[in-house]
Amino acid sequence: MESQNIMFVVLAVIVALGSLMTVMSKSIVRAATYLLVVLLGTAGLYFLMGYTFLGSVQTMVYAGGVIVLYVFAILLTRGQTDKAGKTNGAVTSWGLLLALAGVVGTLAVVCTATWHVVAEIGKPSETTNSITMDTVGHNMISTEHLGYVLPFEAVSVLLLACIVAGIVIARKR
Amino acid sequence: MIQIEYILVLSAIMMFAGVFGFMTRKSTLAILLSIELMLNAANINFAVFNRMLYPQGHEGYFFAIFTIAIAAAESAIAIAIMINIYRQLKNIDVDELTKMKW
Amino acid sequence: MEHTLLILLLPFLSFLFLGLMDSKLSHRVSGLIGTTVLGVVAALSYYTAWQYFTADRLADGTFATLVPYNATWLPLGALHFDMGIMLDPISVMMLIVISTVSLMVHIYSFGYMHGERGFQRYYAFLSLFTMSMLGLVVATNIFQMYLFWELVGVSSYLLIGFYYTMPAAIAASKKAFIVTRFADMFFLVGILIFGYYTSSFSFDFAHPVYADGVTPFASVDTAKAVAAGGFILPTALVLMFIGGAGKSAMFPLHIWLPDAMEGPTPVSALIHAATMVVAGVYQIARMFPMWIAYAPEQMSIVVWIGVFTAFYAAAVACAQSDIKRVLAFSTISQIAFMMVALGVCMPGHEALIDNHASLGYMASMFHLFTHAMFKACLFLGAGCIIHAVHSNEMSTMGGLRKYMPITHITFLISCLAIAGIPPFSGFFSKDEILTACMHYSPICGWIMTGVAAMTAFYMFRLYYGIFWGTENKALHAAHTPHEAPWTMTLPLIILSLITITCGWAVNFGSFVSASGADYQIHLDPSIATTSVVIAVAAILVATWMYARESQPVAVDLKEKFPRLHRWAYKRFYMDEVYQYITHRIIFAHISTPIAWFDRHVIDGFFDFLAWGTHKLSEKIRGLQSGNVQWYAFVFLLGTILLYIIMVL
Repeated sequence: MESQNIMFVVLAVIVALGSLMTVMSKSIVRAATYLLVVLLGTAGLYFLMGYTFLGSVQTMVYAGGVIVLYVFAILLTRGQTDKAGKTNGAVTSWGLLLALAGVVGTLAVVCTATWHVVAEIGKPSETTNSITMDTVGHNMISTEHLGYVLPFEAVSVLLLACIVAGIVIARKR
Repeated sequence: MIQIEYILVLSAIMMFAGVFGFMTRKSTLAILLSIELMLNAANINFAVFNRMLYPQGHEGYFFAIFTIAIAAAESAIAIAIMINIYRQLKNIDVDELTKMKW
Repeated sequence: MEHTLLILLLPFLSFLFLGLMDSKLSHRVSGLIGTTVLGVVAALSYYTAWQYFTADRLADGTFATLVPYNATWLPLGALHFDMGIMLDPISVMMLIVISTVSLMVHIYSFGYMHGERGFQRYYAFLSLFTMSMLGLVVATNIFQMYLFWELVGVSSYLLIGFYYTMPAAIAASKKAFIVTRFADMFFLVGILIFGYYTSSFSFDFAHPVYADGVTPFASVDTAKAVAAGGFILPTALVLMFIGGAGKSAMFPLHIWLPDAMEGPTPVSALIHAATMVVAGVYQIARMFPMWIAYAPEQMSIVVWIGVFTAFYAAAVACAQSDIKRVLAFSTISQIAFMMVALGVCMPGHEALIDNHASLGYMASMFHLFTHAMFKACLFLGAGCIIHAVHSNEMSTMGGLRKYMPITHITFLISCLAIAGIPPFSGFFSKDEILTACMHYSPICGWIMTGVAAMTAFYMFRLYYGIFWGTENKALHAAHTPHEAPWTMTLPLIILSLITITCGWAVNFGSFVSASGADYQIHLDPSIATTSVVIAVAAILVATWMYARESQPVAVDLKEKFPRLHRWAYKRFYMDEVYQYITHRIIFAHISTPIAWFDRHVIDGFFDFLAWGTHKLSEKIRGLQSGNVQWYAFVFLLGTILLYIIMVL
């Protein structure tokens, strides 16, 4: 129990600080690195929730794939500066204001809403439906209740389209 | 005890960090990073709602997986576009990319 | 009678073939195809007529009305539009007239149109016209008649505008089309009123005109129309008459016919003398039982419009110098004779079959028949003359009898026929008309006799002007007139033979009469004598005035009454009246304001919309800065505002 709480606090701090650092660091390579930390922290949160498969996907696809892609892109496009670059102060302050307003609004909703929590994290519960790789694999190609074959196929087509599009757009003429 | 509010607050911070980044950064790639942040925040919400409020189902879980897939695809395309733009303009600053307006 | 379908189908196929092949065929081949098809059609028509008129008469002495084909084309509830073929005495008679004249014109055109550009197109249009006209006369119902009526209008338009590079021809074709369309609008309204109130377009009532006091109109349900008021059917019939008046060039809708002479002369002979222009007469004859039963008083409209038109056209014809115009006005005048003859026929009011009261119907159809033949002959003769001297003006002619003997003789025969000299056909038919008119009202009869005298006068003025009188030696020396080729003289000879014989050799009354029964034509001695004497006198006057080399009397008269001559020459300024009404009144005071309204208010409104949208877009297009971050900012601002609104 306690270890999970501690773990959560640690992860939360990492994720929150990482997010802020991502958007505030001057160097874009650093920003990407902070994003990597955030994504890994999120994977940790998934593990904490018991969603091990989701956590693995997050680690492999995001942290392993997407971030590497970003780093490559950054390195390929670094021109005179590798600075992430900030716009002028007015824009920053307006953005900050709006973001804060958004946070406050969301927090107001989160704190005032009543949450009917069924399964606490860290408490083993009979009602919890443990989602194993087996379940994921079955449901992904099932047409029954909670079957996701249609979105699965749609995403497959989307990925194919993206592969083709990526080649077409980025290739040198 | 991990309250659901804690996680939601965490995701809200991540989300609006992303929003802030989106609105203030100049480099297009940095903006894309901010978008990834926002997507990730949404994913956390999906997972936690599934885990804590509807543990019998797994809609949130699957939604998160699909979001990750789509986000990966989106960033791949976006990066391809960025590289292409960089080839053309030697620059990927967002306020320079106004050729396609109107 | 199944072969009657071919009579319609063959010219149509010929039209399609010639029209589609057009210049892929040589002149000779397309002309031969058209003429051969018409020959077959004519043979079929004669065969039909022979079969029809040799069949046994019904018990009441009439010929049976045959309907070999009738198909519902468009069912509309109780009403339905049919297409079919109906054979009764007048339609069979018309079949003969149309196919004969059309065949003659087809043969004639070989010579007349020789080497013309668009020769194939010309034959295609002739086929189209023949098909439409035949379809018109065999129509089983008034709606089919109307369809073919419009088709003949179209083919007339196409043929008048055949020389489409000449502005005058184009103007004439438009004028003909618009004037007849204007009249046809009334025809259509009449048809619709008729159809609405009787729930039928059918001509079932058409046979016999009357039979021993028994009403023959049983198959047309007029109860509704009569219940709706006595004026319904007369209104419908008079509206239809306006349509017929437009087609048959009755005053004041006659203005298109003289201009229609811009077309090739054989076309004038076929369409604007023999067949299409009598469609109006034919239509009245078709609807005749309805007129007699439901609109006897309104018949006087037909009579007096006819009388006035006959007189007016004859007066104008006396002063024209263009030979085709003279013939055109003479056609108007003669068609008016037919109209008058129909109008004065009142069989329902007299019980006796052989009474002169019912003579008009027969006389009208008889005159239609004879007139078609001699007027076609006159026009074709005029075509030969124009072919020889290359002009329509009488001043270029004179003394042509030496150069063109065949044309001269046939023209003379036709002139005698139209003047009403025995034994030529026109005498018999005109005599019947005058007898009928005299019985209707002596005033009408005497006016018509006078018009007949004028007819003789202006026809012989024309004849002497062309073949006698002063020869235009300078012109003829430069280009000696010559007789036309045999393709052109053969039709003249055939038509003049018909003109010579058909008056006395055949008893027309046994084929067509008001009652449908056999009617023996007999001459009323007093009227026949009067009309012959008057006609001869008129011819003598014309001879005295115009046969000599110099024409002192005519010139003297022209100088004494310059105004009268100018008015007649200018057709009593009818065209100018129309011009005034359409341009000065309708265009200037109605169309121009409407056009202004359309251009400034309607167009202006839409221009304003476009202008406003454009200006507004100019103003707000700055919002689409292309700056993604600005979009995101606005989006988020909007979201937060929405959130605030929903929370509050």
